[in-house]
Order: sequence, then structure tokens, then C-alpha cells
Amino acid sequence: MAKHEYSYYPGCSSQKGASSSNLEKSVETLCEELDIKLNPIPDWNCCGASIGYAGGGELPRMTLSARNLALSEKHHPDQDVVATCAACWLNTREVQERLNHNPTLKAETNIALQSVKLEYKGNKKVRHMVEVLIEDIGYDVLGSKVKKPLEGLKIAGYVGCQTNRPFGIAGESFENPMYLDKMVETLGAEALTKYDKKVACCSGALMFSEPEKGQALVKDIIESAYDSGANMIVTPCPLCQANVEIYQDDINARYKTNFDMPVMYYSQLMDVAFGRSALDAALNGNIIQSKKLREIADK
Amino acid sequence: MTTAVNQAMVEKYKGNFLKEVTDNVEEGNWVKMCMQCGVCSGSCPLGPHWDHPPQELFMMIRANKREEVLSSTSMWMCTSCYNCVARCPRGLPITHIMHGLAHYGKRMGMKPKNQPTEKFGQMFWDNLIKKGRVNELKLGLGLYFKDGFAEGVKVSMGKQKLGMNMMKAKRMSPMEILGGHGVSDLSGFHAMLKKAEELEAARVGANTDAK
Repeated sequence: MAKHEYSYYPGCSSQKGASSSNLEKSVETLCEELDIKLNPIPDWNCCGASIGYAGGGELPRMTLSARNLALSEKHHPDQDVVATCAACWLNTREVQERLNHNPTLKAETNIALQSVKLEYKGNKKVRHMVEVLIEDIGYDVLGSKVKKPLEGLKIAGYVGCQTNRPFGIAGESFENPMYLDKMVETLGAEALTKYDKKVACCSGALMFSEPEKGQALVKDIIESAYDSGANMIVTPCPLCQANVEIYQDDINARYKTNFDMPVMYYSQLMDVAFGRSALDAALNGNIIQSKKLREIADK
Repeated sequence: MTTAVNQAMVEKYKGNFLKEVTDNVEEGNWVKMCMQCGVCSGSCPLGPHWDHPPQELFMMIRANKREEVLSSTSMWMCTSCYNCVARCPRGLPITHIMHGLAHYGKRMGMKPKNQPTEKFGQMFWDNLIKKGRVNELKLGLGLYFKDGFAEGVKVSMGKQKLGMNMMKAKRMSPMEILGGHGVSDLSGFHAMLKKAEELEAARVGANTDAK
């Protein structure tokens, strides 16, 4: 039996062939290293993300997360819910909080859940994977696992929005959370703590509907990383990762810039530092490769 | 085209738009707590693109600018970054209120015309409820082709390299076009959402009956 077990909410973008399947793979590897078992919530559904409101009213959207929570309560009664995706985590946690504070909504949600023979109680702890690493594993243990310190990597820690607001990681500030920098330093890389777009917005889902406005925000996020002397951006959020990485060609064309900045997940860095292969760390899942990180992985 | 429920709401609230928002909009009961400091407007990543930033919308609600608020493109500029929520000295859940106002405006038949985020958001919702999980490939293609076939081909050609990059990285799968991922209890899932929609419509509708 694994040392740590959780009721896991993977989310749509983590699925095979989806946009953050590299996050999923690198987290799987990380869990092997740290003796963590993630038990997927059986038959989980989408959380509605941030723009579900255009089609879904408050109650239907809340019912989405309530179904996932009720399934977790039923199948994994003694395990905290853990998500790796910022929006999945935020929605699930937020819905639980709002339903538990609003008896009318909670009652209506449970009427709707009768259609799937489930009942939502609302007694789960809903946590982000990063919280598991900080609180249940700890920086000391993470540090003790490092076999290949990530020397030579100068990292702009891009926390983004939804891992940071409105809940954030316990003990951290909204304006300048330090945990990502601490993780980076634990792995032997240099954390550029003055990076000033740490908690700026990547435009989220509006990157799809308002590409010009979205790319203007991402341009600043990458430019500021270069200005801080970074050779890599690291983030915990799948949408931040995608938005900051995959449009760099478009941004270069629009702004006559020359961006070629790798954007990695914290979990990929940990995998490599813990001695795992480039394949296990899902480095192939990135469009812009970091030569330095790959050299360390292949060493 | 405004909806029947819109007429009923106008009748019922007779120029008290703040009360209407308080009673019917998601987290709308918080609007009256706004003290007009403007931190929300100054904290918004897309602030310059809002015709009326949140602080202004809150004032307009009090000033009975019903049509201007509900048909505004402003709320659709919200990226859900929660910066306004984190900073609001009065603790207003501004992000939710923006979502709520956008959705309520749409329910009243007053959504702004050809607003890209409104369109994409609806596509996203339709996509996710179809199978219970989002099909990213169909969502992306749907977005490219939203303005018709010819425009879609043009946009797709421009995005060819991006698509190839994503496929090479195994972060986009052409197989998703054949159906893709979804929940197994699909009929239950659909029944659940239908019930939730009915309950919500009844609650908003019930408000319109009490004259």
C-alpha cells in the first residue's frame, strides 16, 4: 500500500491525447518516486472550467462539481480530493464551499443528483497537488530525493491566477507567493524571485476567443522572464502552460519578438532532478524544449 | 430578442434593478456592499477593454441602467483571474457576479451581438455537456469554423503549424473526432443537468410570478 493515497480528479485536459497529458504523465512519475497513489474518481465529469457560465447557470454548473464530490465521497470516503489542474481544483473547492454556505443551492443540487443516485454531503478536503507536496511530503523530503541538481537553470516561477486566487496555497500571499521559488531552489536550480509577472493573468480561456488581447498579456509574461535573466518558465497550471508556450510563434509574428522560452511543469523538473528519464518526465510533450534540462535528464 | 421572463422581470421590479440583481443574479446580493473604491477595475488584466469596469457596473446597477448593464460586453471580458476578488476590501466575489450578470443578461435575451467569448463559452458548454467531458479537438475546430466554412479553412490553415506541434507532442489527438472521452453514465449525467436547469428556471421564474 502506498504511503499516501488520494481521491484523484484528473480533469479533461489530462486525458490521453489532450493538451496537458504531459502534466499527467510527469505527475504519475512523481507519484512513483514519492510513494503517492492517486485513485481516479470513478466516472468523473468536467468541472465547467471558467467560461461554462456562458451556457450553464449557477445550479447546473455547481451540480457538475457536486457529482464529482459525491462520487469521491462514495468511493473514496477517507481520502482527500486532489487535483492537478488549477481550474479543476478551484471549481471543486469553490463549489463545495458555496454549497455548504447556501442551503437552498445544496438542497436543489441534491435533488438533481437523485438522477444519478448520488448524494452530496460536502465533507471533503479539496486539495491541489502542490499542497500535497508541501504539506504531506515536505521540502526536506523533496530535497533528499534530488539525485541530479538542476544546475544552470534560471527559472521564472510563474504561478498564474487560479492556483493562487481566490484560495491559494496555505500560508502564501496572493501578491507574492513563494512556494514555487522554494521548490525550484530545493531542486538545485536558481529561482528568479524578482520575476514580476509571477501572478499575472495569461488570459485563460479568452486566449481562444480574444487572441489579440490574450497574446498581449502573454507577451509581457515572457518578456519579463527574459528581462529577469530566465532560461525557463515553470508553472503549476495547465492552461498557463499552454497559453504561454504554444503561441510564441504567433506572438513573434505579431510583435517582431524572438521568443523561444521553454515553459515546463514543476512536476517535470522534479522528475528530472529525482533522476528519472526525459520520457518519464514527459519532456517530449513540450513544444519548446529546454536543451539544458534535457542534458541533465540524459546525463 | 428579449425573453418573456424579461418582460415579467421588468414588470415585477419596476425600476428597482438593484433589487432584481440581488434576488436573481448569482451572488448578486453582494452588489450593495460595493463602496466604489475602484480597486477591482485597476486590478483587471483586461481592464482597458471593458466599456464599464466592475465598479462602474455596480454603480450602474444602483442607477437602474438595466439595459446598459445586461447588454454590455463588459462582463464577457472577465478572464476569471480572481485578482479583483483577492483585492476587494469589502470581500465581494466580483468574478462570480460578473459571470452571473453575463448569464442573467443572456437569460433575459439581452446578450451582446457577436461577442466572441459569449460564443466560445456557449460552444464550450455544449461541448462538455454532450459527453460529460470536454473534447478539445472538436472545441478547437468549432472555434476555427465559427464564422463559416470559408473563414474556417483560412483560420485552420493559419493554425496548421500549431496543430502539428500539438500532435507531435501528443497533446492533440485526431482520434478525438471519432467520439473521444466521456462519462459512462451519460443518460444519468444528462438527466441530472436537465433537473438542475429546471430547478433554476423555476426559481428565477417563481420570482416573476409574485407581483
